[in-house]
Amino acid sequence: MGILAPLGALGRVTLGGLAAIGRVALFAAEAVSHLFRPPFYGREFLIACLQIGWLSLPVVGLTALFTGAALALQIYAGGARFSAEAVVPSITAIGMVRELGPVLGGLMVAARVASSIAAEIGTMKVTEQIDALVTLSTNPMKYLTVPRILAATASVPLLVGVGDIIGIMGGWMVGTGRLGFNSATYLKNTWDYLEFWDVGSGLVKGAAFGFIVAIMGCYFGMNSGRGAQGVGRATKSAVVAASVAILAANYLLTEVFFSA
Amino acid sequence: MIELAGVTKSFGSNHVLRGVDLVVPKSESMVIIGGSGTGKSVLLKCILGLVTPDSGTITLDGRDVREGDRDAFLARFGMLFQGGALFDSLSIWQNVAFRLMRGPLKRPKSEAREIAIEKLRRVGLAPEVADLFPAELSGGMQKRVGLARAIAAEPEIIFFDEPTTGLDPIMAGVINELIREIVTEMGATAMTITHDMSSVRAIADRVAMIHGGKVRWTGPIAEMDATPDPYVQQFIHGRAEGPIEAVR
Repeated sequence: MGILAPLGALGRVTLGGLAAIGRVALFAAEAVSHLFRPPFYGREFLIACLQIGWLSLPVVGLTALFTGAALALQIYAGGARFSAEAVVPSITAIGMVRELGPVLGGLMVAARVASSIAAEIGTMKVTEQIDALVTLSTNPMKYLTVPRILAATASVPLLVGVGDIIGIMGGWMVGTGRLGFNSATYLKNTWDYLEFWDVGSGLVKGAAFGFIVAIMGCYFGMNSGRGAQGVGRATKSAVVAASVAILAANYLLTEVFFSA
Repeated sequence: MIELAGVTKSFGSNHVLRGVDLVVPKSESMVIIGGSGTGKSVLLKCILGLVTPDSGTITLDGRDVREGDRDAFLARFGMLFQGGALFDSLSIWQNVAFRLMRGPLKRPKSEAREIAIEKLRRVGLAPEVADLFPAELSGGMQKRVGLARAIAAEPEIIFFDEPTTGLDPIMAGVINELIREIVTEMGATAMTITHDMSSVRAIADRVAMIHGGKVRWTGPIAEMDATPDPYVQQFIHGRAEGPIEAVR
């Protein structure tokens, strides 16, 4: 019995984890099923676009700028070991649009937006606003979740696109200002080696990450415990779950898009 | 008429409702009293479908509340929540007119706003309040806005969950009077949950006391003081000594 106890504990944790994944998946499936059925709440969608997309632009832009700049320095330093400094523009651009743009953008949005959604909906739950919605013949899934999912899925790819441009610009600034690249040559190399699917795959990842962020925020908000502690826990769980799910989804999507 | 028969509800090992039987006649004001944690709010939520009972039946005008068009069913109700439950992101008039701006009762925005301002006036709030946000109002004003929202679509049945909790005695009296007036003039069926005996006397036509997950006593307000039931007597006189344990 004593030997089996740790295995039992491990089994309970595993089953608990799988059950949680199942609950999130069911929640996501229900949310998706509402995407195509009226009523649609246009005003809530536009507000969510503003909050998730537009207001996340500064943090995503700054993240991309510094990441692109650091990436150019790293590639230059690494490339110098085998006389390949000239690849800085192309590798910086490919690295930004395929990986760092969508992943870091997604993680920044997860930190900013999943927390905000979970806290807002969690507070609505503990103050009975969700119950009030139901008594006012309004489905909370349609009114709260669907607009946020649509807005995040639509706006995060745009953020990633803008972040890609800013990240490449960060690399260009370092490349031309610190590493001695000619500006026109840097931009030409960036453009020549970048393929459509490099950018497209990053934008698809952005859409997937936006969906994940909104689902996690809404799920943990809707299932928030009571009181300030419950809302705090929901907020923390939403950010952690969204971040881990983004990294896992990134690996899976990279396998799907780029495995030989 | 709302009729509950053998309604039970448990949350894990906590058996909140253990077989509630209750009849709320049409156009009457029923007040539910009972100690904290005795399941009064759960009972209201069971009727509205916000909580699913484990067993028993709940009917409205003879029809099971779980059957039929849910939107049409909910359109017959208005509810004042304990904390107001106003939507923080919407202005006061948008809160009041929430039901009038979407769904089958949807009206033009200007008309919905006019109705909202009229309902705000009905609960004693000036039109200037309409464009404020809930966080800018005091607790008493939020309760009034919640009341205006509950009556905005002129429902047949109104639920009031602890309408005077957290208010000073004067504001509590104002809210009690408003509820009584509105219920009388609208001819609505009302169910109110409260611990406040002044509310009970101001609002009730009939009273039901819940204890131990069941309806312990029910009857007209006029008979409440005379009932020999020791549980009711202890509760309405607020005695520490009696069959209801003070420490629960």
